[in-house]
Amino acid sequence: MRGPESARLVVVYGDFECPFCAALELRLRELPLRVAFRHFPVRSSHPRAWPAARAAEAAGLQGRFWEMHDALFDDQGRLEDPHLWDRAERLGLDVARFDADRRTAAIEARIAADFRAGVRAGVATTPTLFADGELHAGRPDPAVLDALANLG
Amino acid sequence: MAVIEAGQPAPAFSLGREDGRFTRADLEGRRTLLVFYPFAFSSVCTEQLSIYDDLRDDFTAHGVTLYGVSCDAGASQRAFKEQLGIEIEQLSDFEPKGEACRAFGVLHPGGFPQRALVLIGPDGVVEWSYEAASPGDLPGANLIFDALEAQAV
Repeated sequence: MRGPESARLVVVYGDFECPFCAALELRLRELPLRVAFRHFPVRSSHPRAWPAARAAEAAGLQGRFWEMHDALFDDQGRLEDPHLWDRAERLGLDVARFDADRRTAAIEARIAADFRAGVRAGVATTPTLFADGELHAGRPDPAVLDALANLG
Repeated sequence: MAVIEAGQPAPAFSLGREDGRFTRADLEGRRTLLVFYPFAFSSVCTEQLSIYDDLRDDFTAHGVTLYGVSCDAGASQRAFKEQLGIEIEQLSDFEPKGEACRAFGVLHPGGFPQRALVLIGPDGVVEWSYEAASPGDLPGANLIFDALEAQAV
């Protein structure tokens, strides 16, 4: 979770290889909102979505979740393993630990739990955004985002 | 034409599978979910089957087996399944084309299945069904779990 504590909370279910998620992410960075990110990797459409989600969680174990989250969305064309190691190095992570962590069952379970929780909440596509108990599926209308931010 | 409703017995039908045919008799004795989708390799279908496939353990825990159904030829479905890396078995309504889809009330005038879900009980009677408002709408798997849990009560 990041953003000012007083701001409205939006929960984003996203996939690091999904271009619409990246577009949403760019917009969210400009808005005064509090954002929680949950994983919803869609394996068959995005073969690198799971490895990327694992990388973000592994970076999170070293306190750098959001930095990795941003680095992944900022360059979706480079999500292969060497690119992930490269990001880890640039973020100053212990790369060997990062690489071991990202393969663990615990991290897999964490991502799968996000995915399941998303399914049960009605997520069917990415991105899906929740704000004030309302579900916004797919690329959100810019007006919806502006309204959320301005009211927040 | 609208999707078959809960309480109706599943119609007689015959769908192609890898090792023969899948018919009404294959529904007996277990709970089945038929996932009708418009076209192999289209993007929404890919997303839908990928998500459902990742929930296979959850569906199994509810005692339900999923099958993908489209009017694509068996060879196309096999290629689709392989490319997606999914386990959900695919059933083909290719020959005679669309006949099973018509029997379930999901044949789109364009000659492909509407995006629809049909849950059939071990007695061969439809327990629940759902038809997406448009073929491009992806039904969330929560609808299926809600239906399965409603049956369990």
